[in-house]
Amino acid sequence: MKLTGSKILLESLLLEGVETIFGYPGGTVINIYDDLMDSSIKHILTRHEQAAVHAADGYARATGKVGVALATSGPGATNTITGIATAYMDSIPMVVITGQVPTGLIGNDAFQEADLIGITRPITKHNYLVKDVKDLARIIKQAFYIARTGRPGPVVIDLPKDVQMAITEFEYPEKVELRGYKPTFGGNVRMIEKAVKMMLAAKKPVLYVGGGATLTDAHAELMALAETLQMPVTTTLMGMASFPKRHPLSLGMLGMHGTYYANMAVTNSDVLIALGARFDDRVTGKISTFAPHAKIIHVDVDPTSIKKNVRVDLPIVGDLRDVLKKMNKKLAEHKDEVVQENEAIKPWLKEIAAWRKDHPMSYKHSKTEIKPQFVIEKLRELSNDDAIVTTEVGQHQMWTAQFFDFTQPRTFLSSGGLGTMGYGLPAALGAQAAFPERQVIDVSGDGSFQMNSQELATLVQYRLPVKIVILNNNFLGMVRQWQQLFFDKRYSQTCMELPIDFTKLAEAYGATGLRATKPEEVEAVIKKAFETPGPVIMEFKVSREENVMPMVPAGAGLNEMVLAS
Amino acid sequence: MRHTISILVENEFGVLTRIAGLFSGRGFNIESLSVAPTLDPTLSRMTIVTSGDDRIIEQVNKQLNKLIDTIKVIDFTGEDFIEREMALIKVTAEETTRAEILRICDIFRGKIVDVTPKCYTVEVTGSPVKVNAILDLLRPMGIKELVRSGPVVLGRGPKGWKGN
Repeated sequence: MKLTGSKILLESLLLEGVETIFGYPGGTVINIYDDLMDSSIKHILTRHEQAAVHAADGYARATGKVGVALATSGPGATNTITGIATAYMDSIPMVVITGQVPTGLIGNDAFQEADLIGITRPITKHNYLVKDVKDLARIIKQAFYIARTGRPGPVVIDLPKDVQMAITEFEYPEKVELRGYKPTFGGNVRMIEKAVKMMLAAKKPVLYVGGGATLTDAHAELMALAETLQMPVTTTLMGMASFPKRHPLSLGMLGMHGTYYANMAVTNSDVLIALGARFDDRVTGKISTFAPHAKIIHVDVDPTSIKKNVRVDLPIVGDLRDVLKKMNKKLAEHKDEVVQENEAIKPWLKEIAAWRKDHPMSYKHSKTEIKPQFVIEKLRELSNDDAIVTTEVGQHQMWTAQFFDFTQPRTFLSSGGLGTMGYGLPAALGAQAAFPERQVIDVSGDGSFQMNSQELATLVQYRLPVKIVILNNNFLGMVRQWQQLFFDKRYSQTCMELPIDFTKLAEAYGATGLRATKPEEVEAVIKKAFETPGPVIMEFKVSREENVMPMVPAGAGLNEMVLAS
Repeated sequence: MRHTISILVENEFGVLTRIAGLFSGRGFNIESLSVAPTLDPTLSRMTIVTSGDDRIIEQVNKQLNKLIDTIKVIDFTGEDFIEREMALIKVTAEETTRAEILRICDIFRGKIVDVTPKCYTVEVTGSPVKVNAILDLLRPMGIKELVRSGPVVLGRGPKGWKGN
């Protein structure tokens, strides 16, 4: 069958199981958009290319499938950059297709030309400029394979207009042949046995769980390991929803705004088992005082993550879920030792319980002001267990991480690595497109929300009933907090001065706007929002100078937490 | 510490930039880099000289391996290998110094590849240490211009990389 490049693209997407894509048309993708009218692929038109990529990212995080975004050349393509970098930092499987000027014009400073391959090289797992339509099917096959295997990540396909129009025989390859790409899946059996022995002998073990647990859907295996050995579990922001916070072994999040008891447990541990985590500086604090007494076991699919920031005593390269399965299987052969271990770590669990009792995660309640933490707690109370929560970046993100008890995997979508303000709304859009029936909530601040607020239009147009929480303090709160604590309260450019009426903004787009200004109104507003069909903005006028606490100041060790400001 | 690393890569558009970008983006040093296609024209072989402590070099090796276009990476440090670099040296040749330049050239098994009334161009091949040595000897005569290829390396003995 002879097809044009643009038809080959759409046929290949269908063969990869793609149902929904997010994009924005333009001159160099007009052929693709023309063919899209006759395709069964659903296209969601965002109001900005950055949002299209974040939406594809949210879709991927919520479903585990590869997200797909489409944009035109030049400015369309450069608008995708923040979205691609966000996905790259958090290892999200994604394919971004961009139009490019015709091959004959590449390098000529043509209209809407940008060297997207050059620009995206450091923020993609791999990228392709398609110069010949004969290579297109193979490249798409490879792109999807690379995006979802090993350590997942975004792949860019830059597709010149003349290649979209050129005709060739279409045959979708069955196999991928990449001699330079052989991700490790299995995990070395002998290393796994050694790790099991170390865990059995540990007196003060801690499981430190990262985004790898989410990406490999390893929550059941993780639960089995933690419960068998009665090991306490702390997660990173990215690992958040892979272990239920209400579980007695859960220590919540560790790191800069983690719990006191998680950070104390890590600091005093004798064996630290890092599972699909990469020892980010927001997690470790000062490296020299990070887990100083611990032997470190590090399981990661990406060898470059191992020994990058910290010393590792036992590295295991492999798919986390597979490694955990093998560990659990091995443990089943050591029933007696497991019983002994359970007994031996009881004092450790008591020690942790004492830290938890001394300094639980808490905040000062108020009868007159709405505390942002209170809104998050109420939100949890009134939302469904399988609600998907996205966040932007800043104080509201940390409060969500601290006070929303996630119980199910893939229900917390947040930009951890890059820390992208403006991520949450389009990510919620993507997640809602994947799960039209589930509750999807974007928790936002007034600063972050305004970075992609144009996507309200997309929500209304496609009837995506995302519920948006704006914790409005009229500040860029996280930066203001740093200025308060470390810059003598000199609030340089962090006060947003102009108060926005977000309820009116919602109405302008045809969505619903609700507002609470007193604590007693919070519950009613949330209930009303969940009862209202379609997208809703809930604006909460929160106490303006509330801080995210506890906190490890930048450059300090995890054991030097500041508990209150 | 100085490390010499050979990398077998796909002979494709943009691969050199990927490697160079990796080094600059992650703050690794490149002292020299040379690249050319292998017997199999779909592959290129690069030789990179870099430096750093053990932790950095481990990262360099892992990060290079992680690139999709990289097929194999060998760090020759601690191995038995042959290292050769070529230099072309344009040196002032006065009546009084011509004989000395020829003698030095002879000692290093170099060749004079261009002669003009005012200067000689010397071609010399050897380890970087040897190239440095001849430069030290020629410097007093007046080196007008110099180009070095950066070293290329090959492991000693029959062992080799398949297919190239």
